[in-house]
Amino acid sequence: MIQSFDFSALSDYSDVVRHGVYITLLLITVGAALGLAVSILCVWARLFCPAWVRIAVTSYVEFVRNTPFLIQLFFIFFGLPQLGVSMSEMTAAIVAMAINLGAYGTEIVRAGVQATAKGQWEAATSLGMTRNQAFWRVVLMPALQKMWPTLSSQIVIVMMGSAVVSQIAVQDLTFAANFIQSRTFRAFEIYFVVTAIYIVLAALVRLALRLIGRWVLATGEVP
Amino acid sequence: MTDFTLQQIIYALVLGARWTVLLSLSAFILGGILGLVLMLGTISQRKWVKLPALGFIWLVQATPLLMQLFLIFFGPALFGKDVPAWMAACIALTLWSSAYLAEIWRGSVLAVQKGQTEAALSLAMLRGQALRYVVLPQAVRMALPPTAGFMVQIVKSTALASIVGFTELMKTGNILSNVTLDPFVVYGLVAIVYFCLCYPLSLVSRKMETVFDVTR
Repeated sequence: MIQSFDFSALSDYSDVVRHGVYITLLLITVGAALGLAVSILCVWARLFCPAWVRIAVTSYVEFVRNTPFLIQLFFIFFGLPQLGVSMSEMTAAIVAMAINLGAYGTEIVRAGVQATAKGQWEAATSLGMTRNQAFWRVVLMPALQKMWPTLSSQIVIVMMGSAVVSQIAVQDLTFAANFIQSRTFRAFEIYFVVTAIYIVLAALVRLALRLIGRWVLATGEVP
Repeated sequence: MTDFTLQQIIYALVLGARWTVLLSLSAFILGGILGLVLMLGTISQRKWVKLPALGFIWLVQATPLLMQLFLIFFGPALFGKDVPAWMAACIALTLWSSAYLAEIWRGSVLAVQKGQTEAALSLAMLRGQALRYVVLPQAVRMALPPTAGFMVQIVKSTALASIVGFTELMKTGNILSNVTLDPFVVYGLVAIVYFCLCYPLSLVSRKMETVFDVTR
């Protein structure tokens, strides 16, 4: 039995798809911003905090990097309420994405900080800055500039990974695809189109990140 | 409702983890074979070989694995074919890892290639010989650490197979969590089992980075 392709079913559900695109973009925007903040804080903590905090940060990074995103999501959404920490599915998805990106981002930003020349630290402290001030005012920006392409790729990877948040009923793009599939049984056409939308979204996010890099971090000016 | 002891939960999870390991291994081995072919395709001089290989790698890397899995699991229904969950997971993970492995290996080959290939060719080696005897032995050293690192990604990605209903570690966790109504403990344990599978690979990868340090 070979049927022909029928994309017309999709047009009836364009609202669902549009809402899914909106949620996916919302998730990655908030998740990426929080994840970057977590990364920077963790790198700072590894440099300036007492040993037990550094060990805690390292354990966090290693644990997140060595477990699937899906289990992190399920643990946060289904497991934590037993400890009295309940979240809506949107919050859980954003927290999971921030935690996930935070762990990978910590390693990336740390590499950037390590690549910063020793002379920069010394120059800053010789101007009377404390090492803490030197980190925030001198070292951090060039580190972010240097690692921005890597951070951008990681953010896109997290966006691709965010497809699984549909499993806790967040109404993202994948959720929209599953929803329409269950109504129309036009699986191939729907997943084909939604996959294409993901390609476009990834390209858009990449472009946005490049512009952010140019405007906020002035990446274009670094040799 | 039956009560499960902690030992029974752990035992069931370890049994589920066997399927995670099996799925990871088959994805790595099959993906590795396909990845090698793809990598050779991308360094080919013939455009009609090179472009499709590059295009395939780009396409896989630009789309979510979950979508690829859904396309393979639900898609063939269009032609009246039913794909079992394990097969869909295996095919999707194989294709997915082949693209990433090809990209990793391509990077390593290109990193040694230029002057070395020219030198080999000037010694009257054929291109295949230059690749076999000069470039690949060096590229392998460079490619080993990221390859081990990518095995961690494969193990983690097998969790997606649970979504199409393949009963590996993650799915076993879902079932147990539904039966025991204790998701905190069950998912915590599932995470620990994944960690035990992945962390040694991460350590091996990191260790190899220092052993095979090519920047020396």
